[in-house]
Amino acid sequence: MSFFSEALWVLLLGSLLGLELIGKVPPTLHTPLMSGANAISGITMLAALTLIIKSGDNLPLLIIGSISLGFALFNVIGGFLVTDRMLAMFSRKKTRK
Amino acid sequence: MTFIAPVKFAIDLLAVLLLALGIKGLSKVRSAREANRLAAIAMILAAFGVLLNSQGTIGISINSWIWIICGTLIGGILGALIAKRVPMTAMPEIVALFNGCGGMSSLLVALGVALFPSADSSDGVISESIRNFSIVVSLFVGAITFSGSIVAMAKLQGWLSTPSWTQSKARHFFNILSAVLALIGGIYFSIDGQNGLVLIVFASSLLGIGVTLPIGGADMPVVISLLNSYSGVAAAAAGFVVGSQLLIVAGAMVGAAGLILTQVMCDGMNRSLVSVLFGGALGVGSVASGSGGGEYTNITSCSPEECALTLEAAEKVVIVPGYGLAVAQAQHTLREVTRVLENADIEVTYAIHPVAGRMPGHMNVLLAEADVPYEQLKEMDVVNPEFPATDVVLVLGANDVVNPQAKNDQTSPLYGMPVLDVQEARTVFVVKRGMNAGYSGIKNDLFDLQNTSMVFGDAKKVLGDLLLELKELGVGSKG
Repeated sequence: MSFFSEALWVLLLGSLLGLELIGKVPPTLHTPLMSGANAISGITMLAALTLIIKSGDNLPLLIIGSISLGFALFNVIGGFLVTDRMLAMFSRKKTRK
Repeated sequence: MTFIAPVKFAIDLLAVLLLALGIKGLSKVRSAREANRLAAIAMILAAFGVLLNSQGTIGISINSWIWIICGTLIGGILGALIAKRVPMTAMPEIVALFNGCGGMSSLLVALGVALFPSADSSDGVISESIRNFSIVVSLFVGAITFSGSIVAMAKLQGWLSTPSWTQSKARHFFNILSAVLALIGGIYFSIDGQNGLVLIVFASSLLGIGVTLPIGGADMPVVISLLNSYSGVAAAAAGFVVGSQLLIVAGAMVGAAGLILTQVMCDGMNRSLVSVLFGGALGVGSVASGSGGGEYTNITSCSPEECALTLEAAEKVVIVPGYGLAVAQAQHTLREVTRVLENADIEVTYAIHPVAGRMPGHMNVLLAEADVPYEQLKEMDVVNPEFPATDVVLVLGANDVVNPQAKNDQTSPLYGMPVLDVQEARTVFVVKRGMNAGYSGIKNDLFDLQNTSMVFGDAKKVLGDLLLELKELGVGSKG
């Protein structure tokens, strides 16, 4: 099977998984879930990494890759930390009770 | 180094599994925090997999390492700083900002590969035409995500208002023109492989701005959620560009999950996605047409003192918090007021409308921050049957979610939206800064009712006064 047709299967199954995973979410968690999913979408950092690694000595490309990586990590690290901050408030309530 | 490929493959599989478990776990209160960490670990694993694989096959030059470390440090530190400092009330804005940056990242990757095809990292597993098409999609969606998110953030922060021209039909012309230009650029690049890039990026950015700018503040969370879904799509497209299955599957998951979340939010506000995206700001057209408009005829206003007297005599109090409470940063003062009431053996609960605050669940986060016990927060379906047995309802900075028009007036634009039936309670106090309409711009019939009194003022100040009055009355002092 070529990479492309494989990739299309992956795309399809990934989408179905995404639809299925958050079927029933209590409203309390909508905001954290959105923020968490948002952090995951920063997975493009992998593409940015690959770009930098493959660019050899091509300076403009290195710079583009590096900026891209910076944006992605801003998204990933900020996203996960902010989600954790929100969720910490819920779990604190639980333990105190 | 033949063992590298299977190891990389195993790492990728593990990362996908953890990501899926993470998203799944985020949908349950008990497991949410661990799930978030699980997803974070998955990301670290995935990055490690890429580095290991590259080091083992083609090697990573010192030069590359330097640029990787620079990007990581700058992006990571800025992200961490903002995440730690931002106030909880600004959560929707910050999600928009992060999200826009994710879109930008996908855009830049596609741009890099487009400008320097020699850096094609898919190792020839993807044909040139498919790669070019993926680049176009990535640029298009990435640019919309970035420009749209930034506009959304600016609007929520109040840096941008809704310009009046965006409410006219001209905006449709503008958006269609942008879309057509982006399409032309896309077709051009797909065929030619070199030109058209600037046109795609420029026109898509304009489209992102043109679509987001007319949307009213109340609908903004829906847009952010949708843009969040887009950034997943952009990531998946970038996955096709660089030939990474992991990127495709993760992007697809986020894209699909974001879409579901968007739908859930729309349902909560009784809006269809189409009307959010193309309908302009709610209320501008509807008030002009007369439906749901009209003047208030029977407004009763009262002082915090009278409000305190009524509260003192109550046995069951329900608080309805809205975004106005959050803007006034009054959740902590509110908590003090409810503590006093609880000490006086008055039953206090909080009625949380699905879209209270700025995003679904936003109000829960804000109240949790103010130490309100999780069990006191009740969802709409649970609390609605309890209103007839409630003595006092305190509406704090909420408006449309307590508008009885949604139940009674078929001509109202709000008709059909699920609302809190606060008018069933014996007495309703509405704390509000003035008689301005809510986000929807629609008159609230609740304010005209006999059992409703308005307490005008900033939520924090009113609650502070209320607290003083209650203490003066000796409520909750146990003596």
